[in-house]
Amino acid sequence: MRVDSLAARTQNHKQAPAIVFDNVSLTLAGLPLFDRLSLTVVGGQCTCVLGPSGCGKSTLLRLISGTTSFGYQGTITIDSGAEKNKIAWMSQNDLLLPWLSLLDNILLGAKLRHEESAALRRQARHLMVEAGLAGYEDALPATLSGGMRQRGALLRTLMEDRPVLLMDEPFSALDALARMKLQDLSARLTRQATVLLVTHDPMEALRMGQTIVVLSKRPAQVKSVVALAGIPPRNMDDPEIQANLSGLLSQLMDESDR
Amino acid sequence: MKAIRLTLLGGGLLLLWQLLVLVTDAPHYILPGPLPVLYAIISHWSLLLHHLQTTLTEIILGIILGSFLGVAAALTMTLSPLLKRWLLPVLVISQAIPVFALAPILVLWFGYGMASKVAMAVLIIFFPVTSSFYYGMQRTEPQLLELARIMDGRPLAIMRFIVIPSALPAFASGLRVATAVAPIGAVVGEWVGSSAGLGFYMLHANARMQIDLMFAALALLSAVSLLLYFIIDFAMEKLIFWDKKGIRQ
Repeated sequence: MRVDSLAARTQNHKQAPAIVFDNVSLTLAGLPLFDRLSLTVVGGQCTCVLGPSGCGKSTLLRLISGTTSFGYQGTITIDSGAEKNKIAWMSQNDLLLPWLSLLDNILLGAKLRHEESAALRRQARHLMVEAGLAGYEDALPATLSGGMRQRGALLRTLMEDRPVLLMDEPFSALDALARMKLQDLSARLTRQATVLLVTHDPMEALRMGQTIVVLSKRPAQVKSVVALAGIPPRNMDDPEIQANLSGLLSQLMDESDR
Repeated sequence: MKAIRLTLLGGGLLLLWQLLVLVTDAPHYILPGPLPVLYAIISHWSLLLHHLQTTLTEIILGIILGSFLGVAAALTMTLSPLLKRWLLPVLVISQAIPVFALAPILVLWFGYGMASKVAMAVLIIFFPVTSSFYYGMQRTEPQLLELARIMDGRPLAIMRFIVIPSALPAFASGLRVATAVAPIGAVVGEWVGSSAGLGFYMLHANARMQIDLMFAALALLSAVSLLLYFIIDFAMEKLIFWDKKGIRQ
């Protein structure tokens, strides 16, 4: 695929910001979810967060996006100076609006901000071609497969043109093949943005991440940080994947057994 | 298929009616059979049509005005939490007053003409439309609203693209209920005081023991109500084009 030319969409940001968690504590329903958690997400890279279910991976993203009213102690900073609209969001649920065509869904952000223009429509159509969605511009989401819908959601996220992408298990509802394809597309199109991707799949983390953060059980602490050298998406037979997979798996097994 | 089923259903009900007349051996001034009623409809067609026009106009005006006001109230409450805190209790209290008991007062205020019947229909329709649309908007998928917020969406654009379409299925069921009850409002209004309309004509026929004409008026009223319901149902299906079952693979 000739997608790399379009990665420019997210490369406008000269330096994508880092995200810094400093001594963040959060208690939910009397139980500590985070206890003085400190973590730095490197700017302009894809960081994957792994951890046992219920350890607060998704909450981490929601604290950054400000979509929760949870009161937490400590600070979370996205250090990119004064730039305002920094964040785009993608979740497991594609959240496509069933009453809008795929193209209109991809342009949703512009529509909601009254910014829709012919140039943006062209850009969206162009992205659709790259993502193998050409010819489906006018299709309603209900008529599309899960993989196509999630590709639409990815394009909608990219059209936001934000330096920080928060992805909450974005591919976990897909079958294996669709997931692999979408991981490739996503990794290529989001290069140079700061991507924080939460997943429960070590293989996904190894294919997509430049840094992998493993969280422990509640209250979540950073158990280990793995830095990978190559540029994602990595092939399944990439030596880095082979070298790290069993280590990551055993760490996760330890956490879920505890 | 649907047409055949409806024909069979209608025919079956008529047959049941005829059977009831035969079995109970009811005199024609208590329960006339389907054929005498059909004959009454044909023989008094122009008179019935005249009264039907009045009632139908009242019903349609009631539906249009009632749903317009209902939609406006629901939108107001959704857009302004402050107004909602004042409007919602008023709405609930208003439902505690039996609308039928208001009919004489409405006739007193709006007169014997059409206005009091339209007002009656509006009062009956207003609540189901308002509450269904309002609660439909309240139940907008929270994740969609979060996404819109992260996108820095403008409030009115969020209403237009997300909140209102989300609420349309709920609004449609409210409007269906409203369409079914609107004729009640019009007819009750006519019973209390009027000089035209099928309700008025029924009372008139009753006073002169023309029971077959009463039934004729009733049959026409039912037919018109059914027709209105089907029209609204069809329109709602077109409006909510994405909700068709057949669209899913």
